[in-house]
Amino acid sequence: MNTQEATYKYALRLGDSALVLGHRLSELCSKGPILEEDLALTNISLDMIGRTQALLKYACELEMQGKTEDDLAYRRSENHYYNYLMTEQPNGDFAHTIARQLFISVFEYLFYTELEKSKDATLAAIATKTLKEIKYHMQHSVEWTIRLGDGTAESHKRMQTAINDLWMYTGEFFEMDHLDMFLLHQHIAVDTHPLKAKWQDYIKTALTEATLIMPIDSYMQTGSKKGIHSENLGHILSEMQYLQRAYPDAKW
Amino acid sequence: MHNEHSDAHFQLRIDNGEHIEAKDYMPDAYRKHLIRQMSQHAHSEVIGMQPEGNWITRAPSLRAKQILLAKIQDEGGHGLYLYSAAETLGVSRVEFIEQLQSGKAKYSSIFNYPSLNWADIGAIGWLVDGAAIVNQVSLQRTSYGPYSRAMVRICKEESFHQRQGYEIMAKMMKGTKDQQAMAQDAMNRWWWPSLMMFGPHDTDSPNSSNAVKWKIKRETNDELRQKFIDKTIPQAELIGLTVPDKNFKLDEKTGHYKISEINWDEFHRVIEGHGPCNKQRLDHHIKYHQEGEWVREAALAYKQKHLKKELQTV
Repeated sequence: MNTQEATYKYALRLGDSALVLGHRLSELCSKGPILEEDLALTNISLDMIGRTQALLKYACELEMQGKTEDDLAYRRSENHYYNYLMTEQPNGDFAHTIARQLFISVFEYLFYTELEKSKDATLAAIATKTLKEIKYHMQHSVEWTIRLGDGTAESHKRMQTAINDLWMYTGEFFEMDHLDMFLLHQHIAVDTHPLKAKWQDYIKTALTEATLIMPIDSYMQTGSKKGIHSENLGHILSEMQYLQRAYPDAKW
Repeated sequence: MHNEHSDAHFQLRIDNGEHIEAKDYMPDAYRKHLIRQMSQHAHSEVIGMQPEGNWITRAPSLRAKQILLAKIQDEGGHGLYLYSAAETLGVSRVEFIEQLQSGKAKYSSIFNYPSLNWADIGAIGWLVDGAAIVNQVSLQRTSYGPYSRAMVRICKEESFHQRQGYEIMAKMMKGTKDQQAMAQDAMNRWWWPSLMMFGPHDTDSPNSSNAVKWKIKRETNDELRQKFIDKTIPQAELIGLTVPDKNFKLDEKTGHYKISEINWDEFHRVIEGHGPCNKQRLDHHIKYHQEGEWVREAALAYKQKHLKKELQTV
């Protein structure tokens, strides 16, 4: 594997996470607890779709096979998707949606802050643009975590359940495989190992203010870097890719 | 000299083309009419998110998904402006939502039709938003200030939506046979309901006469419908779509298209609640509103708790 091939895969991984989370959030359209929140979640989804376009477009350029970002999004099967397992978890109740967003946004804030320093100019530029959006996503999810944790007895219970349920998907954020290491040595990829302690600090501060308990690490789910997913992804793709797969000759 | 709080003075202001503002005197019937119309308009924006939302997760490209999602977000935003503008008349958003969910308040019947294939997203943008714009452009000059200003903002965004909808239809008509069939199928199903959006004929419209006198409504249902027909038929023909009306023809003398009679039985049936999706749309709104109740309660409880703390520290 050369640098270009490795960077292709790296861009694909990041793009897939944005794509799948953007899709999950788009499912919530017209289902928010209040109209304002419907719009806020749609906004985050739109940011994710925009980020997907930038990353998958770059992946296409690196792959040099004349594909478009839509070919990558709509014509790959589950086992060729590399999004974090967290992103494909169902929206659940509003507490689950918020907990998922909190975990991801805090991680993304730390991750993209480092990616901004990447030797790869395109990834660095995408990081700069996306960081502005991530700061808003993080603020939104932190505020709701606190409001729900420190709101009513019911919201407290729901928020704690969501935090506990999703905790096992947070381990993947900090995994480094041979591809990450290869690109790290070339100052392209982010070293996620040192981010773990910072991430835990941020999360702990938010959960404490929300009067919630931080779960203790036990077994962490893994697999997405190898294309092994939860059962959720197949359903997401069968819906998302329906028109492109059913009418392969059509242009949309 | 007229008393400022008299109906005669009010009518004089209307006749002079003045805007009526929230704190100005207005007859009860004027206020009631506006509350009905503006809340109906707001509800339409919000319920209208559903048929389009039905295709978000199946949008066929990233760009298509982005445009559709942004459009639906705009509709939600319009709902917000309109609820705020309507609240200036002394009814709260909570009350408006109760009226919607109890069936007391209506929303545009067009959203009681299902969106069945991807071209429906094109047809909704082009025909439904197209019909709405004709109405809304006219409402920019409506006599109630907050409503008029909301309309000015909304019209800017709606014209984008219509172009984007037409772009989908044009693209599909240039596409494969399957895509062309989808576009024509969508045209067949949305054409007549979009004409019904303008309401009954002027002679059968119970709410029109006062609304025209008070300049809430600046043009009649039939005038607005004719504008839409004249604008839309050439657009359909340009991209090869067939208008699903065997009898329509251009009247060379007047320059207007004449169409067959609208199926008013269908119009009344859907208004009375028997359209394909009346129950589904309202059930959806109620379900997610109820599911969000604990969230709204939590937000309120949190706010009150912290307000108390702040007061104690003062």
